[in-house]
Amino acid sequence: MTALLTREVRRERAEQVRKHPPFRHRLSKLDSKVSPYLFVAPFFVLFGAIGLFPLLYTAYVSLFDWNLGADDPAFVGLENYRTLFADGQFWNALFNTFSIFLLSSVPQVIVAVVLAALLAANLRARTMWRMGVLLPYVASLVALTIIFGNLFGPQFGLVNSVLSVVGIPPIDWQADTFGSHVAIASMVNWRWTGYNALIVLAAMLAIPRDLYEAAVVDGAGPVRQFFSITLPLLKPTLIFVIVTSTIGGLQIFTEPKLFDPAGGSGGGAVHQYQTVVLYLYQSAFQQFDLGYAASIAWTLFLIVIAVAGLNFWLTRRAVR
Amino acid sequence: MRPRRLTSVLACAAMSAVTVTACGSGGATSQSADGKTELSVATFNEFGYEDLFKEYEASHPDIKITQRKAGQASPHHQNLFTKLGAGSGLADVEAIEEGYLSQVMSKASQFNDLGEVGPKDAAGDRWLKWKTDAATTKDGKLIGYGTDIGPLAMCYRKDLFEKAGLPSDPEAVKSLFATWDSYFAAGDQFIAKSGGVAWFDSASQIFNAMHNQHEVGYFDKSDKLVVESNAAIRGDWDAVTKAVAKGQSAKLVAWSNEWNTGFKAGAFATKTCPSWMLGVIEAQAGPENKGKWAVTDAFPNGGGNWGGSYLTVPKQGKNAEKAAELAAWLTAPEQQIKAFKAKGTFPSQVKALSDPALLEQTNAYFGDVKAGALFATQAKKVAAAQYKGPQDGQIQDNVFSPALQSIEQGKNADDAWKTAVQEAQKAAK
Repeated sequence: MTALLTREVRRERAEQVRKHPPFRHRLSKLDSKVSPYLFVAPFFVLFGAIGLFPLLYTAYVSLFDWNLGADDPAFVGLENYRTLFADGQFWNALFNTFSIFLLSSVPQVIVAVVLAALLAANLRARTMWRMGVLLPYVASLVALTIIFGNLFGPQFGLVNSVLSVVGIPPIDWQADTFGSHVAIASMVNWRWTGYNALIVLAAMLAIPRDLYEAAVVDGAGPVRQFFSITLPLLKPTLIFVIVTSTIGGLQIFTEPKLFDPAGGSGGGAVHQYQTVVLYLYQSAFQQFDLGYAASIAWTLFLIVIAVAGLNFWLTRRAVR
Repeated sequence: MRPRRLTSVLACAAMSAVTVTACGSGGATSQSADGKTELSVATFNEFGYEDLFKEYEASHPDIKITQRKAGQASPHHQNLFTKLGAGSGLADVEAIEEGYLSQVMSKASQFNDLGEVGPKDAAGDRWLKWKTDAATTKDGKLIGYGTDIGPLAMCYRKDLFEKAGLPSDPEAVKSLFATWDSYFAAGDQFIAKSGGVAWFDSASQIFNAMHNQHEVGYFDKSDKLVVESNAAIRGDWDAVTKAVAKGQSAKLVAWSNEWNTGFKAGAFATKTCPSWMLGVIEAQAGPENKGKWAVTDAFPNGGGNWGGSYLTVPKQGKNAEKAAELAAWLTAPEQQIKAFKAKGTFPSQVKALSDPALLEQTNAYFGDVKAGALFATQAKKVAAAQYKGPQDGQIQDNVFSPALQSIEQGKNADDAWKTAVQEAQKAAK
């Protein structure tokens, strides 16, 4: 009897709850459903405002013949892209970008791995060496570029003075296409090699020592150890380093911009070192052709994704 | 219209999320709490206006002036054009440099006609005619009040001239600088005996000076690009590139570090010299070259101008008349002489050019030459303002200068000409 009663009372109460749930109950329900979204919202709101929105809006702008300050931009569909793919200056800029990218990223990653291996060894004043390689990264990029621009001056530059002492005729680092690419790549390498070396070093130190001990027991020398243990276990880090340096390398801008002694955005007298981002900048802020610049931006975005993806795939396959 | 509106709506939404702003209005001026009208003035480098602002505030108790000062011309103008495009955010009075004037003139509808909103006593005859003409639209609207100018003279190295057997006295060299033909001929004579020292710093510096003397430049008055049909341009091009081929150019890009070093190392013997260049030469050549440089009041084929600015009143501002009144006061001869005394900006006002303070000014680095009087003479030699098309500055800086540089770097002159014409067409599109 009592059991029956309590059951009935309980059901009644339950119905009451369902009909009129108390305010606090509703609040806590809301809390459990909505709060998590609120907690992650700052990231998504910020990303939406300064990441996603500009990205999509750039795509939108690229469909217009849009001049800065023009009153009524005309919709032109894919015309900007059509012009872009027929534009010799764009292909030239793309070639320069890849040339500078290869001249910087390839030696950079290789030297970074070698440097990391050296820093992992038992050195005296280890921390000083490790911090030392990071020094160029701390220096201001603009100051660095201006100094390098001076060093590579065609008439009064230090590099040419040194070369002439060794007996090599001076190179016109400004006029020569390959020369200018080497000069710019050396600025990139100077700045980023140490940074990448430290990332690789951190990963290298995380490799368990007993693997090396086992290898020594099996009779492997230092070189064999490096290629059979160190490199394969560095794979995730190498992927990170290569992908980030691909993204950075294809968007190179400050170095070629400041390397131009005239201070323009043309990247040399005949655009011999104008990169894609520099061309984008020139289109947007020198020619004020925002629509065209937006189409360059999107094309570059897709190229960067494609190349970074390719490098990701290659690195995963190559280092097993 | 649609895309524009979308931007401003979004910009407004983004802004009001941070602060409460009045969207769609100038926003630059406001009535402050004590009933004063606030006027903002945006300048770059040194206009020498700091003390003048205080003076104006003292005589106009209802005005409060705020100054926005940019370090360099290039970011100042980039900001100007961006905010013209955005439709808000500009100062009540915006300074504009001569090199950017053509771009501003193509957006003249966004500026107040100073003949209309400005005080009547600030009429056109206050300034040198060519100075005012350059800031007047085809239908007669005055966009800017002239502040300073950069009349061209010739600077040269006395010691190098003597070594090469040329006359070196400021009076005697005038015949060398009479025409461009005599200038290049003297260059041939000079490099024959100079032992590797060049005649001028770079081809584009000479070409631009030659170009600006013509009545018609890159564009005709209907804004049609005439680079190919204007024989004068090709004439200048041929004369300069011929001189480059003979080795008269030091191949130093203006304003580069190598150019600066060139002054110190004595890499070239002559320099096209606007009034403000004396300071540049003194700074770059340094005390060890004191007494070697001289300047003379002659310039090939007459005169010329390089540099100088204007004060404009954009339509975005709310207090156009008060802003114009301030701009007119600042650009009056009496005030420009004060600015000249403060920062050495060379005045563009007719009356100021005969002011004793200007005429008595000397330059110790250039052998105590009466620089003020010398450049005042040169300012009166400028014939007329060349009509500038909307992309004129761009074609000069980003098309012809790099093309001439490419010749100095060893490219074929005919190919460079073809490239220049092509790029000019692209820029003018």
